[in-house]
Amino acid sequence: MFKELSRSLINALVSLGAVVRFLLRMLGVTPGALLRFDLIVQQVFNSGALSLVIIMLAGLFVGMVLGLQGFTLLERFGSEESLGVAAAVGLVKELGPVITALLFAGRAGTALASELGLMRATDQLSAMEMMAVDPIKRVVVPRFLGGVIAMPLLAAIFSVIGLYGAQLVGVQIMGVDSGSFWSQMRAGVDLRDIKEGVVKSLIFGVACSLIAVYEGYHATPTAAGVGRATTRTVVTSAVVVLFLDYLLTSAFL
Amino acid sequence: MVRSFILAHSLNQENPIVEIRGLGYAVGSRPIFEGLDMDIPRGLVTAVMGPSGTGKTTLLRLITGQVRADSGSIEVAGANLRVLKRDALYLLRRRMGMLFQNGALLTDLSVFENVAFPLREHTDLPERLIRQLVLTKLQAVGLRGAAELMPSELSGGMSRRVALARAIVMDPEILIYDEPFVGLDPISLGVILRLIRRLNDTLGLTSIVVSHNVQEISTVADKLFLLSGGKVVANGTPQELKDNPSAVVRQFVGGLADGPVPFHYPAADYFGELMARSEAR
Repeated sequence: MFKELSRSLINALVSLGAVVRFLLRMLGVTPGALLRFDLIVQQVFNSGALSLVIIMLAGLFVGMVLGLQGFTLLERFGSEESLGVAAAVGLVKELGPVITALLFAGRAGTALASELGLMRATDQLSAMEMMAVDPIKRVVVPRFLGGVIAMPLLAAIFSVIGLYGAQLVGVQIMGVDSGSFWSQMRAGVDLRDIKEGVVKSLIFGVACSLIAVYEGYHATPTAAGVGRATTRTVVTSAVVVLFLDYLLTSAFL
Repeated sequence: MVRSFILAHSLNQENPIVEIRGLGYAVGSRPIFEGLDMDIPRGLVTAVMGPSGTGKTTLLRLITGQVRADSGSIEVAGANLRVLKRDALYLLRRRMGMLFQNGALLTDLSVFENVAFPLREHTDLPERLIRQLVLTKLQAVGLRGAAELMPSELSGGMSRRVALARAIVMDPEILIYDEPFVGLDPISLGVILRLIRRLNDTLGLTSIVVSHNVQEISTVADKLFLLSGGKVVANGTPQELKDNPSAVVRQFVGGLADGPVPFHYPAADYFGELMARSEAR
């Protein structure tokens, strides 16, 4: 039992070391990759713009649920006017970054991992190396940076749509006063809350994009290998995001 | 006449373009090469043949620096791969072109952009010149008309011809083909065979072809190496190999099922294993 546990721990540390080494290798070629800004913009589009529909839909529904649950709870204490601030703080600080990251891992992360895995399986990465083109610089880093840039933007859009959803239910359906909803939100949410949300989504962006490109780049070049890499991307990203969320929340308190 | 002159001249040359000495390489605990020596002459079409699993593709990966040898030395165009840093290796690779088994075209780029890819990555040539160079190379492989197609719209043979155009677009000194005939119909196979010979002669290249299509490759190769058991068991011109009395060469050239390369994978005694399984059930 102890032996197995220690072996698992060692394996986890070895994997973490490999990921950090991969990150350092990426950072080493990032200045060169930044010169090809068009490639990064293309990847922001792939990871960000193509995830917009699912992010907006999820944001709307989460906001609506938040409005309903928040109203029910706050009504017990006669403070349903605080619904705006409760929904805004919840969305900006927690639900926005976390759910966006989870959806990002499911939509863009899997797309990144399977794309890189298939490029590996069909020798496209080896062909680039044979053409003296570093695939880390040409393919991996633009995808990584695209994800890092897209995540905070998606989280912001998620929060804004979520607020609209909360307002839709709270104000339009449940009858909370519109003026109180918005004014309490403006008074109750300060820059620190927004900063917390932005920092979280940036860090989640680094984590999710890194996991996706790492898993895809190192996928076993078979159909099963690419499938495993895709699954691992989602599972690892979800666990890491939730773990990091706890760490970051406690750090911001 | 020109070909026979080059052949005679090159075989006598003292500086082969690839020089392998005492090469050792293992995958895990399984040795692939043990003390392999090989000289690949300049300016010729050299074929590396051998039974499946004998390490032909691995040899190409070693020659191109995609994997590092465990022991021995590999010199390519005078550069020792064992001590070469990444930047120097990339510089050396600019002098090489490689055709992968499946073409390995970049699937999100059109045929034109695939061929233009190395030019865009390594040069600052004006768009007009890139266009001319790409169209010239595509014309050489007979696919100028397919320039705007995507890789998914190409047949296997066409993909390999596009990959060939891409491999020669930087005017390499060495062109490497990894199993270029696998899965091709007779027409495409004939086209690729003729291209190997024609490109080698017109562009003044050195071509290294890994293949196990004995008959086909013998029609275009100047020199053949036969690998087996991690070593070169025979080498020479196609005629010399045909006349070679060695049992391994006879088995490979004649396509015999059993011989020095056994039909059966090593296993326990057949009768004993059958009886053991019956008893277990």
